[in-house]
Amino acid sequence: MALPKHASRLERIWHYTYLAICGAIFLFLMAPILIVMPLSFNAEPYFTFTDKMLSLDPEGYSTRWYDLLLTFGMLASDAPRDWSWWQDVWANSAWINAAKNSIVIGLFSTIISTTLGTIAALGLSRPEMPGRRLIMAILISPMIVPIIIVATGLFFFYSSISIQNWGIPYLGVILAHATLGIPFVIITVTATLVGFDRSLTRAAASMGADPITTFLRVQMPLILPGIISGALFAFVTSFDEVVVVLFVGGLDEQTIPRQMWNGIREQISPAILSVATILVLISVTLLATIELLRRRSERLRGIKQS
Amino acid sequence: MSDASLDAPLAGQSSALTTANGQPLKQALMHAQAHAKRRAFYLVAPLLAFIVITFIVPIGQMLHRSVYNPGFSLHTNVSTGVETPLMTNLKVWFKENPDGTEPDEAAFAALAKDLLVLREVKAAGQAGTRINYELSGSRSMFTKAARRAKRLEPPYKEAILDLDKDWSDPALWRVMRDATSPYTMNFYLAALDRTKDETGSVTKVPENRQVYVKLFQRTLFLSILITFLCFVLAYPVAHLLATLPLSKSNLLMILVLLPFWTSLLVRTTSWMVLLQGQGVVNDTLVGMGLLDDGNRLQMMYNQLGTVISMTHILLPFMILPLYSVMRPINPSYVRAARSLGATSWTAFRRIYFPQTLPGIGAGALLVFILSVGYYITPALVGGADGQLISNLIAFHMQQSLNWSLAAALAALLLGGILILYWLYDRLVGIDNLKLG
Repeated sequence: MALPKHASRLERIWHYTYLAICGAIFLFLMAPILIVMPLSFNAEPYFTFTDKMLSLDPEGYSTRWYDLLLTFGMLASDAPRDWSWWQDVWANSAWINAAKNSIVIGLFSTIISTTLGTIAALGLSRPEMPGRRLIMAILISPMIVPIIIVATGLFFFYSSISIQNWGIPYLGVILAHATLGIPFVIITVTATLVGFDRSLTRAAASMGADPITTFLRVQMPLILPGIISGALFAFVTSFDEVVVVLFVGGLDEQTIPRQMWNGIREQISPAILSVATILVLISVTLLATIELLRRRSERLRGIKQS
Repeated sequence: MSDASLDAPLAGQSSALTTANGQPLKQALMHAQAHAKRRAFYLVAPLLAFIVITFIVPIGQMLHRSVYNPGFSLHTNVSTGVETPLMTNLKVWFKENPDGTEPDEAAFAALAKDLLVLREVKAAGQAGTRINYELSGSRSMFTKAARRAKRLEPPYKEAILDLDKDWSDPALWRVMRDATSPYTMNFYLAALDRTKDETGSVTKVPENRQVYVKLFQRTLFLSILITFLCFVLAYPVAHLLATLPLSKSNLLMILVLLPFWTSLLVRTTSWMVLLQGQGVVNDTLVGMGLLDDGNRLQMMYNQLGTVISMTHILLPFMILPLYSVMRPINPSYVRAARSLGATSWTAFRRIYFPQTLPGIGAGALLVFILSVGYYITPALVGGADGQLISNLIAFHMQQSLNWSLAAALAALLLGGILILYWLYDRLVGIDNLKLG
């Protein structure tokens, strides 16, 4: 992208304009994330930078909205902060409970979608798989079909089989989220399997390993980075999903996105921004993990090819 | 090896090759292949079954809902599950008398009997609601008549007309005739702003009640606009990323991927914060003196809010496919064009741009498909005129409770999406879908 020495003046001007445009677009991409973080430390209940914040006065900043996340919904939020106060937080804080629900739902749906998705990806990446194109299209479709249609369909389906009477908490939401996570697992795992050297499994088989041993000892370690990133994608999908929860979740099944949704619709307060900041930090961590896994996967495959 | 397979070429005969156990080789190979196919399929089968149960069946049920509404023909007791057929007498009368017959005493007698049933199983509201979907204002007629059903005495025609003169309305009788069958296409008609007039032919609904076609049009228009904006913004960035050395572009890629993996609600919330009347953007403009404090820009809770936030949210879906197409483009093509005397604009237009078309197609289709069905962002930032078709489906599911209409709207949306999805698969291939 470097400018050649013989570039004309017009080309120079265009080059720098172009870089400025790109910079502006990057700013557009990052602005919402960058703005939310400092504003979540606002001492005032406003959504804009106060004069005190702009002059970097410590008084303009506070962690009161993070504190509110803990105390909201507590029985005795003003009690001294000892052991029983923290117990109260753990048991009654609305956001903590939502986080617990989100994690439970995300964990179970991720386990379902990753297990089924990985096994299916193994089949799909075999050259002799019949009807591959159609099956692939069906398996990816939960990502394409609008979420409102999925939620509407599930609403009718779950009420016709009255799933809420089965006595398994969160079951409906977990199954739905597993379905939504499957396309991500399929995409990432088949992508790692594309570069997979099939002679490795043949070699294992010729040395007497049965298919399960071959998978666990030869294939699995090589495609593990792909499986983990698929699982992370599936977890994020579940962790961020609100429409299905709104449609089929029980009243007591509050998740973080649902709590946020209610908060935004009713009275948006900076507490929402502090949740948002925490979620951004979580996605930064996840992104870093996925990137490390991708590099590891490339390295593993690089070793194999040489 | 058996003798036969040795002898065959010697004798000059064209007999088939066989395996060690005497089986023809072709057959054995087919066996092995079928076995391998089955094994591959068995691996996929559990997931396929799971998707069919949790995804295909629910959508099928929704489609069924869009043509099936038993409101006027069957009542199910929620707690006991007992099913009671409704309007059985009226159904008989409708069967005996062709469409357009003036309702006579027999018809009203049948109606009176059915009203008694409605009263017994407390289904008057349900039946009235079903008729009300197509003839507004008629729900109360049913609840009122059912309440007094016991006191009705012959001649029934007069007795019922005494309750409400509207009971003689031919339009009402036409709707009731249609509704005694639970299967109907009327919800699709309603979803397209059509209705049946007195003679039973399909007409448009009055101007002031035409909402759905307009909403489909608006959804289409906004989606095209958002797709176009995404393309305009994504192209330079993707080009920059594709031409920088990998070490630098990987670093800049984080700026694309981080918003991509940030929670949707978080991004929508931040746009609300940024674009509010008292938000950061307006404050900055006022602070810079570009804007008068009195007329701050209205960028939130309208179409503009929807367009800005959705463009931001869908932008990575455009950048990533463009990038993956641009990266492998050989820069020497453009250099060759330049050395042959093309200006940089001509070289771009004639040489570089055509090579990026597959990426543009893939990205644009993906962004368009996703934006047509978008729900969360318009619901939060769209205000009144920034709503899309998904929001109306949600409205009918949660507030007006006209589930069949919601299902019909959803089915129309789904049909459009599936056509686009098929197109995407044909042009791009689902295998090429990448996530960062």
